[in-house]
Amino acid sequence: MAENIKITVINKGSEQSFEAPDDVGLNLMEFLKATDHHEIEGMCGGMALCATCHVKVLEGNTGEEGINDEEAAILETLPEVFSNSRLSCQIKLTDKIKNLKIELV
Amino acid sequence: MITTDITIIGAGPAALFAVFEAGLLKLRVHLIDYLPQPGGQLSEVYPKKPIYDIPGYPTVQAQELVDKLLEQSKPFNPGFTLGERVESLEKRGERDFVLTTDKGTQINSKAVIIAGGLGCFEPRKPEVADLNRFEGGKGINYMVLDPEKFRNKKLVLAGGGDSALDWTIHLAQIASEVTLVHRSESFRGAPDSVNKVFELSKQGKVNLLLNSNLAKVDGNGVLKEVIVQNKNADDSRVIATDELILLFGLSPKLGPIEKWGLNIEKNSIEVNPEDYSTNVEGVFAIGDINTYKNKLKLILCGFHEAAIASHSIYKYINPGVKYTLKYTTVNGVNAF
Ligand SMILES: Cc1cc2nc3c(=O)[nH]c(=O)nc-3n(C[C@H](O)[C@H](O)[C@H](O)COP(=O)(O)OP(=O)(O)OC[C@H]3O[C@@H](n4cnc5c(N)ncnc54)[C@H](O)[C@@H]3O)c2cc1C
Ligand code: FES
Repeated sequence: MAENIKITVINKGSEQSFEAPDDVGLNLMEFLKATDHHEIEGMCGGMALCATCHVKVLEGNTGEEGINDEEAAILETLPEVFSNSRLSCQIKLTDKIKNLKIELV
Repeated sequence: MITTDITIIGAGPAALFAVFEAGLLKLRVHLIDYLPQPGGQLSEVYPKKPIYDIPGYPTVQAQELVDKLLEQSKPFNPGFTLGERVESLEKRGERDFVLTTDKGTQINSKAVIIAGGLGCFEPRKPEVADLNRFEGGKGINYMVLDPEKFRNKKLVLAGGGDSALDWTIHLAQIASEVTLVHRSESFRGAPDSVNKVFELSKQGKVNLLLNSNLAKVDGNGVLKEVIVQNKNADDSRVIATDELILLFGLSPKLGPIEKWGLNIEKNSIEVNPEDYSTNVEGVFAIGDINTYKNKLKLILCGFHEAAIASHSIYKYINPGVKYTLKYTTVNGVNAF
């Protein structure tokens, strides 16, 4: 049975919590846009091309081994990245994730 | 001042097709885009990706579609102002608009189409103090509009993506000195370009500073030097330079459009879907920038909106004149 993922979003100091389904094939960028976080533009629709979905992952396992080449290449072009920087469109919301705490950049 | 029938803000696919549609109606067009090249998102974000939902093309590369649109609009000889951002839109009277760019270029037209997409592509800037002191021709650049500007100059480039690599390679041939500053130890751009940059560094033609960040910019009215900090060693160096080129990619911002008295909802301009007019008479909005019930942000929809808006403008500019639709198969494309 599908369980929900608990997602905590920090944006400019304020914190909000959401529950996301883990069985409908959403990625984190799509989920954040659906929660009305307009700061997340997701201009390229999740193709790891635009970096308008950059977030910091503060807590939680993102369910994958690591960052793939396309994502790493785009992060490399930004003026500033952090050790926990991710493109939220590349984080798939699946049952491998239980909870996530992220900060919008 | 440039004078024309229609000024279009943006040079993405919706704008380029509007040139053609307006041209069929014998209306002249001038386009303005902040990017150095036409094509909007297609050329800037995904030039090499295939698109599958353009009618009649089972698949077409984004840049190829832009090239075809440019070819199609060519008979109508559109004017282009590239590398400039439209800052203000003033309605001086009926069928009398003046647009002014950040560089002071002014365009007078009878109607305006806003085809600004997701907004103006603005450069991402690093967190370094005083960058603004040297912007606007005083040494700091965020894109390369005309490489010749950098001939025989001392240059510092910063960035780690393909455009930083490509411009380093190109400018190394014409500048007197080129330094490339990059945050990490390696590059993940196109392998050919990465190899070429390392080769130029070995040959002493490019001064490559890896694991380094730009820490400070300094000068006296114009940029004179930059200070670069190495992340591992506690070492910073002063590099004397004429120009600094910061290439950290671009991201779209609605920007000045917000301040023009248009009805805006969630970063989009509200239009009447019967004619794509805005709340300001004579100003129309097409493509990704507009919103109405059931709007789809697709290239195909931008094309349709371009055709309707051009006809709406024809009626606005020629009140009372009756127009009957003519097929291109019957009438051809009459250049001007
Ligand atoms: C990765 C990706 C894949 C896509 N795939 C598809 C697809 O398969 N099929 C599809 O139909 N669509 C696709 N799209 C969407 C498509 O690219 C857009 O619908 C299309 O580009 C919109 O065209 P436009 O002419 O409205 O605006 P844009 O292409 O966004 O161009 C607008 C231009 O206006 C300029 N501008 C804005 N404000 C100003 C100002 N004040 N002064 C000067 N210039 C200004 C901007 O710099 C920009 O260049 C995709 C988009 C992306 C990012
Ligand atoms: S949405 Fe474009 S990189 Fe994530």
